Amino acid sequence: MSRYRLEVRVKPRPGLLDPEGKAIHHALESLGYPGIESVRVGKVIDLDLTAGHAEAAVERGREMCRKLLANPVTEDFDITVVSQANGEGGRK
Amino acid sequence: MRVAVLTFPGSNCDEDCFRALEQVPGLEPEFVWHRTADLGAVDAVVLPGGFAHGDYLRAGAIARFSPVMRPVQAFAEAGGPVIGICNGFQVLCETGLLPGAFLRNDSLRFRSHPVHIRVETVNTPFTSAYRKGQILRIPIAHGEGNYFADSETLAQLEGEDRVVFRYTTPDGGLGPGSNPNGSCHNIAGILNASRNVLGLMPHPERAMEDALGSSDGRGVFESLARHLAGVAG
Repeated sequence: MSRYRLEVRVKPRPGLLDPEGKAIHHALESLGYPGIESVRVGKVIDLDLTAGHAEAAVERGREMCRKLLANPVTEDFDITVVSQANGEGGRK
Repeated sequence: MRVAVLTFPGSNCDEDCFRALEQVPGLEPEFVWHRTADLGAVDAVVLPGGFAHGDYLRAGAIARFSPVMRPVQAFAEAGGPVIGICNGFQVLCETGLLPGAFLRNDSLRFRSHPVHIRVETVNTPFTSAYRKGQILRIPIAHGEGNYFADSETLAQLEGEDRVVFRYTTPDGGLGPGSNPNGSCHNIAGILNASRNVLGLMPHPERAMEDALGSSDGRGVFESLARHLAGVAG
């Protein structure tokens, strides 16, 4: 078994109103940053878990997203393996 | 007729719901803690407003996995009447007992004030005491009350007469200023397909007495009592 860190990014679905992103967009413009086309706000969830191989870790992450971490009505998600450590008590 | 009022960690309208139910002859409310895995012999269930499990992740996302939601789901699927108010509505959507989801209010503000809603259908266990088209004045108190569903779901809700309440102006119009949170189709309350599960964002339990500004919410609980009496009779 290896330890994996998954980075799960949950984002509002494209085209969906994102009031928080819009407010930040306005704030950035009022700070004097021109030319910003859009701002969208989501969340990042770091998951540390053990699995036989990277694909199995990602598959479990996907299952967790479908069950709990994302609401498919309003959100999309993607998962990246950001690190891996082999063996028991493995190094970072 | 026993009505379970669920209490999640973070529920804060459970006492208000209890008191509202207590005021209606025939209804006997009782609190049910969210870790209870057996509902017992109840005739109806109310999911009150608040911030179940702190609204962490998304409003209602974690409450959905509270042990009590299993028997609630079974009760609802067997046809038992269930009312979800505000956070309770969010929990019902996350649980899948009602379609759709909630986004942050389009104003980005927590809105806490009376609104006007129109009774769109009286063909429900929760609105038979009203008349169709009646305008009610009932408070809202939410930061994420912006109801969203895809266009197919919205068409289904409209086509099947499942939109129960719609936000309006005081005279019943849908013009500017009528929608306090950006909800699709001005939706303030909906039913499931079998019409026994109601979700609504406004708080009828806070509009039970004229002394508090409005008694327009009474009809929801009076309709429920009438429905349960009919079922029992």
